[in-house]
Amino acid sequence: MGNMKLTLKIWRQNGPNDKGRMENYPVNDVSEDMSFLEMLDVLNDQLVREGKDPIAFDHDCREGICGMCSLFINGEAHGPGRGITTCQLHMRKFKDGDTIYVEPWRSAAFPVIKDLATNRSAFDRIQAAGGFVSVNTSGNLVDGNAVPIPKDDADKAFDAATCIGCGACVATCPNGSAMLFTAAKVSQLALLPQGRPEAKRRALAMVEQMDKEGFGNCSNTGACEVECPKGISLEHIARLNREYLAASVTKE
Amino acid sequence: MALTGLFLVTFLVAHLAGNLQLLDMSPEGQRKFNEYARFMTTFPLVKAVSYLLYFSILFHAFDGFLLTIQNRKARPVKYAKENAGANRSWASNNMALLGTLILVFLVIHMKHFWYEMHFGELPIVKDSQGQEMKDLYTIVAAAFTQLWYVALYVVMMAVLAFHLLHGFQSAFQSLGINHARYTPIIKSVGVFFAVVVPVLFALIPVWMFVNR
Ligand code: HEM
Ligand code: SF4
Ligand code: FES
Repeated sequence: MGNMKLTLKIWRQNGPNDKGRMENYPVNDVSEDMSFLEMLDVLNDQLVREGKDPIAFDHDCREGICGMCSLFINGEAHGPGRGITTCQLHMRKFKDGDTIYVEPWRSAAFPVIKDLATNRSAFDRIQAAGGFVSVNTSGNLVDGNAVPIPKDDADKAFDAATCIGCGACVATCPNGSAMLFTAAKVSQLALLPQGRPEAKRRALAMVEQMDKEGFGNCSNTGACEVECPKGISLEHIARLNREYLAASVTKE
Repeated sequence: MALTGLFLVTFLVAHLAGNLQLLDMSPEGQRKFNEYARFMTTFPLVKAVSYLLYFSILFHAFDGFLLTIQNRKARPVKYAKENAGANRSWASNNMALLGTLILVFLVIHMKHFWYEMHFGELPIVKDSQGQEMKDLYTIVAAAFTQLWYVALYVVMMAVLAFHLLHGFQSAFQSLGINHARYTPIIKSVGVFFAVVVPVLFALIPVWMFVNR
């Protein structure tokens, strides 16, 4: 096993209505080749052996593509390092003897389920409010090449579509705003001809749902862009602002 | 927020242009400044724009407070450890604080000059046609013989500089203006504006204090 000794300060909360508190956990035998989640697995194994309640945290693919893992580590979403999720964060980023703070995403719209696990279904509801194109799939498929799309637009739409819905943008934002996520979901469709017919409705409905969920207001600090594991650009927020402003003044 | 912010930015330019006349402390310069002050408080178009300005300041401040309260509510439990320096500028993180300081300064500033000009008992001097007018120049010059007022003014211009350092470019992003070719220009102009305008504003009281 490894040779690092760490002190973890971890948020424990028994359930949505519990007040919660930070607790200290020493972990020994941490290898620098472990991912952060594997290190938590080691700690949980230790806790279970001691007959204690293991720490709940979100994870799924463990290869940076599903967006399920979270964690605010030492004051940053997904910890130190850029363009990575927590499952892609390795313990070599830390030193023997370090004290590491581990907290859940903190947002009124992402209530804590238990410990470090949060409920991010607010994102699903924003998506469901308009993040789709209504196409008839009953046997009248159009050839993909029949609709010409400039390469630059296609590239930008794909860039936006790489958003994995992890919520790091919300967790990082000092205002708890979900603009980067919503902007990515609006942009991936707004840039393509298939997305234009519903563009106005989409921008209005998704922003309305975003506000309804209790997310804060964007003040362009740019923190989300820095911490986003997929490098979603602020350019998309400007596009959402354009789409939304245009739709607001022209809606009937 | 963005529209009122940008309007306040254009106001800063106009206000600065007027204030820079104060640097000419000769009797001729004093008379010109007083004539300018009279023009600014009596000409109908300027009056109309000034009402828009009062409204903009109040709206900008009120909306800023409202948004800040909403944003606080969006994160009811604070982080035990937050490394803000890792991903955002200090100015962008403190817009509400900076704005509130500007608002407090505006109240003091307007009590001293705007209120005196409009409602105060000012000394009367003669203009170039021999007509009587209020001597705002003397009031300003007297204020800037006090070291604390000069110091307050200089510190507040630094506060304004930080507010603009983030605010100028932010307003364009809020309006949806973000373009590979133009955004770098907007950002550079913003930094230039945020430094030069407050420095010139601050220069005036320092100059008048030194030459009192
Ligand atoms: C001469 C005075 C002022 C100027 C030139 C100015 C300018 C600006 C500009 C250009 C912005 C960016 C707008 C945007 O990103 O959409 C801004 C934002 C802001 N201002 Fe001011 N401002 C002034 C005074 C104030 C005052 C008195 C307050 C009082 C609270 C204030 C509070 C704020 C806040 C909280 C923001 C960030 C809000 C956001 O971006 O959503 N400002 N300001
Ligand atoms: S925009 Fe980035 S940080 Fe926000 S949910 Fe999508 S991938 Fe995560
Ligand atoms: S667990 Fe899937 S992205 Fe980290």
